[in-house]
Amino acid sequence: MAGLTLASPTADAPPLGGHARYVSPSRETWRRFRRHRLAVAGALLLVLMVLAVALGPLVWRVPIDDIDFAAQLAGPSWSHPLGTDDLGQDLLARMLYGGRISLSVGLAAMAVALVVGTVVGAIAGVSRGSVDMALMWLTDLFLSLPALPLLLLIMYLFRDTLTALVGPQLGVFVLIVAVIGGLRWMQVARLVRAQFLSLREKEFVEAARALGATTWRQVMRHILPNSLGPVIVAATVEVAAAIINEATLSFLGLGFPPDTPSWGRILYDAKDNLDVAPHWALVAGGAIFFTVLSINFAGDGLRDALDPRKVM
Amino acid sequence: MGRYLLKRLAIAVPSVLGISIVLFTVLALAPGDPFEELASNPNVPPAVAMALRAKFGLDDPIAVRYLHWLAAMLQGDWGFSFASRMDVSTLIWQRLPTTLLVIGLSQIVALLIALPVGVFSATRPYSLFDQIANTLAFIGFSLPTFFTGILFILTFSIYLHWLPFVYRADLGVTGWRWVWEEFRQALMPVMVLGLFQGASWTRYARSAVLDVIRLDYVTTARAKGLAESAVVMKHVVRNALAPVVTLVALSMPAVFGGAIVTEQIFRVPGIGSLLVSAMLANDTPVVMAVTFVFACLVILFNLIADLLYGWLDPRIAYR
Amino acid sequence: MNEQDLRVLIGTVKTGQVSRRAFVRRMVGLGLTAPFASLLLQHAGVAAEPATVAYKPTKAGGGGSLKTLFWQGATLLNPHFAVGTKDQEGSRIFYEPLAGWAPDGDLVPMLAAEIPDPESGGVAKDGKSVTWKLKQNVQWHDGKPFTADDVVFNWEYASDPATAATTIGNYQDVKVEKVDPFTVRVLFAKPTPFWAAAFTGQSGMIIPKHLFEAFKGGNSREAPANLKPVGTGPYRFVAFTPGDVVRGERNPNYHEPNRPYFDTIEMKGGGDAVSAARAVIQTGEYDYAWNMQVEDQILTRLEQDPDAHGRIEITPTGNIEHIQLNSSDPWTEVDGERSNPKTKHPLFSDPAVRQAMKLLVDRQAVQDHIYGRTGIATGNFINNPKRFVSPNTHWEFNIDKANKLLDEAGWKRGSDGIRGKDGKRLKLLFQTSINAPRQKNQAIVKEACEKTGIEMELKSVTASVFFSSDVANPDTYRHFSADMQMYTTTMGSPDPETFMRQFLSWEIASKANKWQGRNVTRWHSDDYDAAFKASQSELDPVKRAALFIKMNDLVVDDPAVIPDVYRPGVTALSKKLKVPLSGWDNDFWNLKDWYRDV
Repeated sequence: MAGLTLASPTADAPPLGGHARYVSPSRETWRRFRRHRLAVAGALLLVLMVLAVALGPLVWRVPIDDIDFAAQLAGPSWSHPLGTDDLGQDLLARMLYGGRISLSVGLAAMAVALVVGTVVGAIAGVSRGSVDMALMWLTDLFLSLPALPLLLLIMYLFRDTLTALVGPQLGVFVLIVAVIGGLRWMQVARLVRAQFLSLREKEFVEAARALGATTWRQVMRHILPNSLGPVIVAATVEVAAAIINEATLSFLGLGFPPDTPSWGRILYDAKDNLDVAPHWALVAGGAIFFTVLSINFAGDGLRDALDPRKVM
Repeated sequence: MGRYLLKRLAIAVPSVLGISIVLFTVLALAPGDPFEELASNPNVPPAVAMALRAKFGLDDPIAVRYLHWLAAMLQGDWGFSFASRMDVSTLIWQRLPTTLLVIGLSQIVALLIALPVGVFSATRPYSLFDQIANTLAFIGFSLPTFFTGILFILTFSIYLHWLPFVYRADLGVTGWRWVWEEFRQALMPVMVLGLFQGASWTRYARSAVLDVIRLDYVTTARAKGLAESAVVMKHVVRNALAPVVTLVALSMPAVFGGAIVTEQIFRVPGIGSLLVSAMLANDTPVVMAVTFVFACLVILFNLIADLLYGWLDPRIAYR
Repeated sequence: MNEQDLRVLIGTVKTGQVSRRAFVRRMVGLGLTAPFASLLLQHAGVAAEPATVAYKPTKAGGGGSLKTLFWQGATLLNPHFAVGTKDQEGSRIFYEPLAGWAPDGDLVPMLAAEIPDPESGGVAKDGKSVTWKLKQNVQWHDGKPFTADDVVFNWEYASDPATAATTIGNYQDVKVEKVDPFTVRVLFAKPTPFWAAAFTGQSGMIIPKHLFEAFKGGNSREAPANLKPVGTGPYRFVAFTPGDVVRGERNPNYHEPNRPYFDTIEMKGGGDAVSAARAVIQTGEYDYAWNMQVEDQILTRLEQDPDAHGRIEITPTGNIEHIQLNSSDPWTEVDGERSNPKTKHPLFSDPAVRQAMKLLVDRQAVQDHIYGRTGIATGNFINNPKRFVSPNTHWEFNIDKANKLLDEAGWKRGSDGIRGKDGKRLKLLFQTSINAPRQKNQAIVKEACEKTGIEMELKSVTASVFFSSDVANPDTYRHFSADMQMYTTTMGSPDPETFMRQFLSWEIASKANKWQGRNVTRWHSDDYDAAFKASQSELDPVKRAALFIKMNDLVVDDPAVIPDVYRPGVTALSKKLKVPLSGWDNDFWNLKDWYRDV
């Protein structure tokens, strides 16, 4: 089981410090990444999407909740480029707004998973013995929790309590992010620990140790930066998983409330009208699909680019 | 080997206990009430709901309820469903065959796709076939199952009228008729699950084979003049299989969990849909038991994966 | 009502828009003297009309299988434990009550030989007892005869609190005695005008004494027959998976000739309402789908497909989607509770605000754009049966009038356009359960309020929390921690007595009764209380109906609640299936008469 990490366990980055023909690691990665055409396309698409949802609402100023019964379920037109839903609300505005939610859920959940996973993995990797044992037991315990059922359960049980505390949108957002992040940090923790275990025995860390660097300095300056490669790749997987999870929750009616149109929620609302207003479901389903697809492609490219064993 | 197994089991016990405490606390802290439907019915006096709460011990402190539950569980009593007023174990056993059938079939489909495609792609990396397969695999696991499920229903049931979209556990026919009917109704849910799983496994199979195919002993085998097919089948696939099989074992619990959405869409009376309906009815004992079963499945399959890995790859020593 | 109105009304009777009986009831509602009204009523034939259902098959069986689809599957099959309609429907396949409720709100005998009535002495003149005569040829599915002992046993079983039966409400205040092997008498402590609560309809199904006798009280859950029902109904038990499927086969010894028509029945559960409608109307996989809580636009579209296999059937009920105005103050905590009955609502205590709110609910838009055939705009709280419907009320949607009302009452618009008076800002929190049509409905009300200078905040709570009886959760509809809330109240029985308890002052929900009181609005009216008390001892059906109409008018005129749309039952049926449905009973109430036209 320990051998089952996603990326190479020995991602030796080129040692730091340099001479004349020095190529920085990030530049080298970028050079390798560029060779992967689908990954570049994915990354471009992703950037476009992020720009669209970030800046789109500033340009397209139609309110998301303007009810217009005269324009129910209308297909794409000049006044509604993506058509309307069953209340005549403008889908483009809702998609742009929903994209902010869906993407930020993905990013925030990834951040939670990454931070928790890195901290747990790093502590376990640095300390030996009982702390390591305990943390890895905790990791295994969390891995043994049935993710989707538990996700549904917690959402179902606590959504309203939290909503009552901090308002519907923020409440659901915090809960979704916390739960998705809280149930997905384990892979990252294992990755980081494995990296730490191998890196701490490497010559450059030993050299730092011999020069009297504190454990803190060894970790922050030498080990952690060098273990980030696989973590970055794992992060892309997390973003995609979080977006799909949010969509699944919303699809089962346990995600955002109806007046908060995340992409998953829009798709959920659209499914009953799929035969007469296919544009509605296709727009939402397509957005989820293309986002996840482009993240996956970009992540795949990154994995190859960050894997020094791979000849490109 | 025996000692290793014992050690692993010893670690598993506290894990199972820990999980049960987490689940129980989550459930007990939750708002909601199993008898809400009664509350909105003006013909039922409110005292009835109160009496039922007392009868099922819902007013006791959490710790007491947990100990009750644990004691009963140790004696093989899984609890008693509020909503159905029957034993939870009966509910689960009733639904197990359907779940196993649908999920089992979907996993076979997934393997039948993933292994040949993955191996073939890996033997010709960056060929046209590999690139198409790769792209399709990405598309496959980027499409959420609820979306594919709905598209399937719309296409094959509503427009084409080819397949039924309501899954019936008991078809009321026998013999070949049964096989045919079962095939028709299971096709869509099995394909939705199988394609999704197959897509991601294709990727794993490909990279596992790629890892092996560059190794020296494969070059040696080629150099001996063995036919390429013999090299691939005998030397590469056998050795690449270990991580793939382990991965399959490891992902089984997630498959059971992930099937919830598919079960909902196609009305497959499996364990996942039992969980969802129990949650909607606030039927705590059922929710508790089903999530607990899922958790035990994870631990069990982790163990199986470990053992399988060692068995397939003799270099791994059990400590 | 002036002469002109009367002529218009008579015209509608002539053209058939209003039935003769409805016309007469309106006259009574207008306060015609009781003897005169009685005369009219007799003339129009108010006595229970037999609910005739044209049943064509000339032999039992041969109909193949009947496939029904429920988006919520039955989770148990003991009618005394039924938690929701789904469980009652599942039980109703196998069990029968003494009588069922027909669409017009009249009783139809099932296990009873006849419906008791005052003339034959079945209903005592003093209103303190009713005597049921039972059919003598009825057998349980296991061959044992059905007798008065079974009926008496059901009362003992359900009224024992230890059994924790959900039907206890109908049995705990009565006594039941056996008169002879096929006659039982239900005794009431005081004169009871509505004598038909016990042993009828949804909660009146009779279970066999010989199988449940040993499982009365604390061990009720151990009865094997809880899971394998043995009843008297048209179908015998075959298999049951809770939440998934109930299957039955034709009962060859059924006590009515030529029934039932189908050889087997399947009740499949799960999924969602829209795909259930598709399975009946679009693909024809199923013959029947229960409780189509689907927007009417979607249903209409499915039906209009030329290849449609099915249709939608609408059944009148008394269920009413309504908006409640909180009479107490939800924003101040008194004695440890918000919405304490002793407090007055800071804004709604001004009648002008209440009246304005009444003008701001665009019920027609709600009907047209959200509910269609499945939610009819109404100004009344009681909408069915016709004999209890008030002709005195009317409703309108009028923003200008609401503005004028508020202006006159001194609610001035502030700089942000929101009205205020005496430092109080006209800001309201409007809550409901999470359910797409309700959220749309909220949006329609909010839009009108904003045009009137009323700030409205919308809140939606998960249904399971909103409708829960959880004492600790402030978000339930019973706690009513908001200014307004909206939901549907179901009228389980064609008699409005239980239904109208929800406005009684002694039913007010509060911390003292753990929020279990039925009066959620905390509204209080002495006139209403008096009218209700009078109705409880009024044995003349016409005068009693007039009292309920008065109660309705009090509630709606004040208003304590704003009726929105009343919700008829909506069912999807295969085109050939002939089904007698009733809004006052389960859909399966008359399962024996279901057949397929060939």
